[in-house]
Amino acid sequence: MKEKQRFSLFLGCIIPDRYPFIERATRKVFEKLGIELMEMEGASCCPAPGVFRGFDIDSWLILGARNLTIAEENGTDIALMCNGCYGSLLEVNHILKTDPEKRAMVNTHLQKIGREFKGTVEVRHIVDILYNDFGVDKLKQRTKYGRKEKLDLNVAVHYGCHLVKPAESRPWNCDIEEPRFLDELVEVTGVKSLDYRDKYMCCGAGGGVRSAFKDVSLDMTKEKLNNMRKVGAEAIITACPFCHLQFDLGQVEINSTSKDLVNPNFNIPVIYYTQLLGLALGFTAEEVGLIKSKDLAGVPPFTSMESFLNKIGEKVGV
Amino acid sequence: MSDLRTDKITNFSNSLAKELKNAGIEKIGACIQCGTCTGGCPSGRRTALKTRAIIRKVQLGLDEVLFDRDIWYCSTCYTCMERCPRKIPITDIIIELRNLAVRKGNLHPTHVALSHNLWKTGHGVPIDNEKWEKLRQYHELPSKPPTVYSHPESLKEIQILLESSKFDELVGIGLESEEEEIEFENEIEYLSKHITNVQAIVEALPFL
Repeated sequence: MKEKQRFSLFLGCIIPDRYPFIERATRKVFEKLGIELMEMEGASCCPAPGVFRGFDIDSWLILGARNLTIAEENGTDIALMCNGCYGSLLEVNHILKTDPEKRAMVNTHLQKIGREFKGTVEVRHIVDILYNDFGVDKLKQRTKYGRKEKLDLNVAVHYGCHLVKPAESRPWNCDIEEPRFLDELVEVTGVKSLDYRDKYMCCGAGGGVRSAFKDVSLDMTKEKLNNMRKVGAEAIITACPFCHLQFDLGQVEINSTSKDLVNPNFNIPVIYYTQLLGLALGFTAEEVGLIKSKDLAGVPPFTSMESFLNKIGEKVGV
Repeated sequence: MSDLRTDKITNFSNSLAKELKNAGIEKIGACIQCGTCTGGCPSGRRTALKTRAIIRKVQLGLDEVLFDRDIWYCSTCYTCMERCPRKIPITDIIIELRNLAVRKGNLHPTHVALSHNLWKTGHGVPIDNEKWEKLRQYHELPSKPPTVYSHPESLKEIQILLESSKFDELVGIGLESEEEEIEFENEIEYLSKHITNVQAIVEALPFL
């Protein structure tokens, strides 16, 4: 019998500290699929590729390498859920494996805390693991189990830039201008993935643009939202917590700051891929974190899930 | 044709080019100013960011590129880099230009704040309010994730490394007075206690 697959789960910042239901849904889904996730004790920010890499490349390499050594100690490859973390750790790992000078520089610093980058693990996005290891066909068999009906829904898939680019270091053997892998994974759950204008455009959050120039970043988001709405998207499916945040909180922000330009208000539920897959695997909406806490104010999801839950409600035990 | 300023080009190849050592800057000479980068730039459609102009300025060694906001409007989507017919690593060059800009003191205040988060907590987006712990509990997760938050010794490691790489000096960590810091924390505490309306929080406090 094939040995059980194991990964070290890299959480990053936005998922554990703002959008923990993404962590919840991913843990559930991986457990159900029989893929073991080990903890990365003491892991930090990846660190974020647009900002911290933009401030000082060496510091970015050093902190990234520290995170990689935690997985090296675990003896497993990394699984992560964030395109930003993917952009950082995949690139840091690649640079340090191929550039002896950089590796020596990084290890001089790591020595001060008793660590060493050895280059013994790979960095994988969970979408990569689900698509390239588990596979669409096998997932299809699993999603039939426990479900007689499929989710009747038209969704707008948002890939997020760093999942796909730079293509050179990514595991997708496909047309980089028009990838399909995430659409295929999404349609495993029985929903229809819509084509829409500028589908592969950036959400606007990355590169430190959201933190420094929120109006610019939201203007990009608004363009995407308009394009999604035009084709009748009933939900937005994401593969990155920062894109997720940008669409979830962003809709509230755009409705408020662009009142005169947005009519009617944007109100498209935003769902992370493993939440959707979790539903298809038979978990309840609550188990994949789609039900908002009634007691906590000022926490995600900011955009109401109501239309989504109403539409699929009876099928997921809500 | 005297406007071409060949002295500037020489100047660039001698100075700024050498500083841009990580990004494969030697390829920048291959730029034919075709504008494919600018044409595909989602940020450039709405800001002053003209990627082609940035590359041109770098070719000419014009330091002004380090003081423009333009390089900070890039959302690092890599569209330009993937489409460049001369395979110039444009996004990586912009990142490297940001490194140089930071060394000239050009760093946005919110980016300084993010750096402070990293120093203080090991995370760019910290658990800065107990509601985030409650939200984790609500989702049946431990209130503190198994990250730096569960391991104080890991925070020490992060700070040793950031000191070692001189990141702390670069972004001015530790420069603010204790009074300013207390004021900032009081303000956050006040906001988190008195504002429960989502919209108000969004407007009052930078979520990220």
